Amino acid sequence: MSCAWTHFPHEGDVGVQGFGADPAEAFANAARAMTAVLVPLDQITANEAVEITCEAPELEVLLVDWLNAVIYEMATRSMVFGDFRVVIDSNCLRATALGEPVEVVRHAPSVELKGATFTQLRVARQEDGRWLAQCVVDV
Amino acid sequence: MDRTTLEKLGPYAWRIPQTGSMRVPAVIYADEVLIDDMDTKVAEQITNVACLPGIVAAAYAMPDAHWGYGFPIGGVAAFDPDEGGVVSAGGVGFDISCGVRLLTTNLSRADIATQQEPFAHELSRTIPAGVGSRGRIELDEAEMAAMLAGGAAWAVAEGYGRNDDLERIEERGTMTGARPDLVSARALLRQRREMGTLGSGNHYLEVQSVAEIFDAEAARAFGLEVGQAVVMIHCGSRGLGHQIGTEYLREMALAAPAQGIVLPDRELACAPIDSELGQRYLGVLRAGVNCALANRQILTHLTRGVLERFFPGVRADLLYDVSHNTCKEETHVIDGRARRLFVHRKGATRSLGPDYPDLPPALTAIGQPVLIGGSMGTGSYVLVGDARSEAATLSSACHGAGRAMSRHEAARTWTGAGIQKELAARGIIVKSPSRRGIAEEAPGAYKSVERVVEVAERAGLARRVARLAPMICIKG
Repeated sequence: MSCAWTHFPHEGDVGVQGFGADPAEAFANAARAMTAVLVPLDQITANEAVEITCEAPELEVLLVDWLNAVIYEMATRSMVFGDFRVVIDSNCLRATALGEPVEVVRHAPSVELKGATFTQLRVARQEDGRWLAQCVVDV
Repeated sequence: MDRTTLEKLGPYAWRIPQTGSMRVPAVIYADEVLIDDMDTKVAEQITNVACLPGIVAAAYAMPDAHWGYGFPIGGVAAFDPDEGGVVSAGGVGFDISCGVRLLTTNLSRADIATQQEPFAHELSRTIPAGVGSRGRIELDEAEMAAMLAGGAAWAVAEGYGRNDDLERIEERGTMTGARPDLVSARALLRQRREMGTLGSGNHYLEVQSVAEIFDAEAARAFGLEVGQAVVMIHCGSRGLGHQIGTEYLREMALAAPAQGIVLPDRELACAPIDSELGQRYLGVLRAGVNCALANRQILTHLTRGVLERFFPGVRADLLYDVSHNTCKEETHVIDGRARRLFVHRKGATRSLGPDYPDLPPALTAIGQPVLIGGSMGTGSYVLVGDARSEAATLSSACHGAGRAMSRHEAARTWTGAGIQKELAARGIIVKSPSRRGIAEEAPGAYKSVERVVEVAERAGLARRVARLAPMICIKG
């Protein structure tokens, strides 16, 4: 079975890739790839929900907005998220991010997420029919 | 990088000729080893920078340049507002005014060694570091606005530090022209718990000792001697800067077509300096710079407190504080004419030679300290600005070693515990809340800083003054 998300190398920062049957699933998996940079996903208990909405003029910008919204909610709520439910309708995104408050000792988060960038930004259907959502995240 | 696409200007400089939509050539400072190791993406990114409106002279890449986002890390470019020049949120990045400061002390390496473990422990307890750490200072709305307008001068007035610190900080500790009133509520909220915090990743506070002196006269002027203990602090504008970067990258990228700007890469998001958006970004950017200056000043105060508890009566004087992610309005002589330019340095350090009016009086005759952070297991360097850098790079030099390996690969190659043990055997104590973070920052994941500073010296950007060896590293 193909992977749902992965990282791709970048010299200073980190590239995140999410895959899915549609853009919404690919976006959710891109967010999983991003939060896995901080903390392994199996160490995050997804028992608190935060609602996130974004809107953008195009799908690629929506991916940047979405990842930045996740970064913002984690930073201001001192939370880590491990799971995401995403719905996209005409470049409007509604999502639920599931996670828990950061516990420094237990989670030992490795690096702070500063922002999602337009570098290597791509949202597209691939030859195998699955959707790809990717960009470089500054850490 | 493929050398056949470059013109060799000399042993340490290479030119990408002006072609296509480039408005100026690009120049990369590197020797043959560094240029061969440099990612092809650096050439691609610096070429894109050379296409931006109003760019002057050339787009420059420093010897430590590596693949960034928009600009390469180690990129320098100046823009003339009178020629439609732009200010670029992508040319500054998310970590606005990330920079380095160095405190010199009257302690020796031996003094630190006698109490190295408890001193390191106390520093790690006192300096909030890492994801999820909170600063001890929470500012209300009015205090936040005053901090964003006043920078390090605000911090000193609040009791965090000494008045004589200010003359050793770029802009005397306050970037003028800040517009705290334009900073978004989201950026303010993101900063609420982050004043006086170190951050994570490659940010650190290190206790180091002076291991080697290269330039005795400059070392004397800087108050450095072999065996002396010093403290280096590397961090930036924290969540506030990250949020400003996020907001303006988006706004500038989307607004560019309407401003008549063709972006070769949307990450080079920019706006004309004289536009409403350009002016608004400059005001907010300057507030971000002040946040970084205040943050490093608070960390300095916290560090002095720990030093005083362990070594009563100790002196810890600020040698200098210099940013390496910034855009500043400066005057440079181009083709014999003094021009007011907006100089972007992204992962590059200002490097003023002697006699610049911006220098503090005690350093006017010798030049500006250029502070270069290495990895936690190798050395850091103090350089001094070389007058020739004005013609070479608009008075700019390198900022660090640059990564040789991705974080992911580093975490697969090393363990945090293994790195801590290996460094402890070499007399270096590393304290961090994250073992994985330590592995990602392993010394082997970075390029050789020695070659970078040697090339910077030979290229006439900055001269080596001293090499600093780490003793204690506090990381996020």
